[in-house]
Amino acid sequence: MPRRTPLYAAHRSLGARMVEFAGWEMPVSYRGATEEHGAVRECCGLFDVSHMGEIEVRGAAAVAVCQELTVNDVSRLRIGDGQYTILCDERGGVLDDLIVFRLGPTRYLLVVNAANTAADLAWMEEHARDGAEVVDRSDELALLALQGPEAETILRRLTSLDLRALRPFAAIEGRVAGLDVLVSRTGYTGEDGFELLAASGEAGVLWDGVLEVVQEHGGQPAGLAARDTLRLEAGLPLCGTDMDVTTTPLEAGLGWVVKLGKDSFIGRAALAEQAERGIPRRLVGIELAEPGIPRHGYAVWCDGAPIGRVTSGTKSPTLGTFIGLAYVTTGAAAPGTQVEVDIRGRRLPARVVDRPFYRRVRREG
Amino acid sequence: MEFPDDVRYTKEHEWLRLEGNDGVVGITDFAQDALGDVVFVELPTVGATLSQGQTFGVVESNKTVSDLFAPVSGRVTAVNHVLRDEPERVNADPYGEGWMIRIAFSRREEVDALLDADRYRAFVASEQPK
Repeated sequence: MPRRTPLYAAHRSLGARMVEFAGWEMPVSYRGATEEHGAVRECCGLFDVSHMGEIEVRGAAAVAVCQELTVNDVSRLRIGDGQYTILCDERGGVLDDLIVFRLGPTRYLLVVNAANTAADLAWMEEHARDGAEVVDRSDELALLALQGPEAETILRRLTSLDLRALRPFAAIEGRVAGLDVLVSRTGYTGEDGFELLAASGEAGVLWDGVLEVVQEHGGQPAGLAARDTLRLEAGLPLCGTDMDVTTTPLEAGLGWVVKLGKDSFIGRAALAEQAERGIPRRLVGIELAEPGIPRHGYAVWCDGAPIGRVTSGTKSPTLGTFIGLAYVTTGAAAPGTQVEVDIRGRRLPARVVDRPFYRRVRREG
Repeated sequence: MEFPDDVRYTKEHEWLRLEGNDGVVGITDFAQDALGDVVFVELPTVGATLSQGQTFGVVESNKTVSDLFAPVSGRVTAVNHVLRDEPERVNADPYGEGWMIRIAFSRREEVDALLDADRYRAFVASEQPK
């Protein structure tokens, strides 16, 4: 039996189409993925992402454990800061990507992918040490994502927190819709937005309260299908699809996350060696010249030879183009390179393009 | 969910509307709803000869790729080229502007054996979970 978030009944009553994802029964769409995608780009969408895992590391050694486990530099975090980072294995392969928040002097909360929560927890417990406790808080916490250009305006209606001052990736605890919530300026859509972490038992009240204001502003609930096309337009890799233990963060274009200069961390030696010897392949954006969807596993060709494989693809709802992410050999990774994608036996012309495919217009003021 | 009476149905969720000696073919409302937003439709060329049950194209949504199966045998006399640029018509009007191909069918008995609306509706209900 797939698991259900505390908002399952709310999704059903909204008429959501449910689908099993990473062992969870989740809303894939409500009124249609394309419409929901557009709502997030133009106004606002509200997502239930309570399937994601939350793992807390606390104690005097918490910072040391987080430094050892993750590739980014946790020591830079002040209380209330968040950071995108990656768990690697000893070979530099990607176990998971996540956001780590520093909740207190010796408390760190890692928000991880649903499909990897159990494995991450086991991995973290295995590498914990005296003075640090690893606690799975996934069941007690629900997570909503409020995303879109109107997100701040909407959330301001529900809280007196100083949202204007909340920088990207920062988090602040306070009251939202009368409930205790950890609000962070994070998301997975390429838009401005917030994620709201709350007690599971209060998720329904929070969802209803936020959704009411979202709908008053012309926004709507959005499902996993829109979440996937939004993140893909924004060029954001999906762990398990675009990255896994067979690929490294450097290959995925996430070298900026990997702080080789910090003290030892798991995977450091392998990543340092790859950085030194050269990165053999790169995750690039591709855009097809003809209609067709590049799908996970499809071969990419260049000059008559296979040079890589597609990891994700879609028709971009915002741009109308057929886009994808693919690992290609470094020699074919420059934007503008002409390639072909083998779509069920037909090789369609495509070219390597810059990521992201879509970049939001930042609003002033 | 619409199950119009003026078309015949297959268990692969295609429909066929008789127009003289031709049949106009598309996918059903149930099929488009299950696929989600259609983003690409690949259709055969005019003149192609199809056998009943043969794959004649694909319909693709962001979620999945589905083969299209010829509901009857015959020769393709027209294809809906509009779908190349406006595949969303399959969602908006599956039994109308979202039509896919026209077939000059070769075996009338194949047409007669297709499901009527009531039987197709019952078939869909039997396939639904819960």
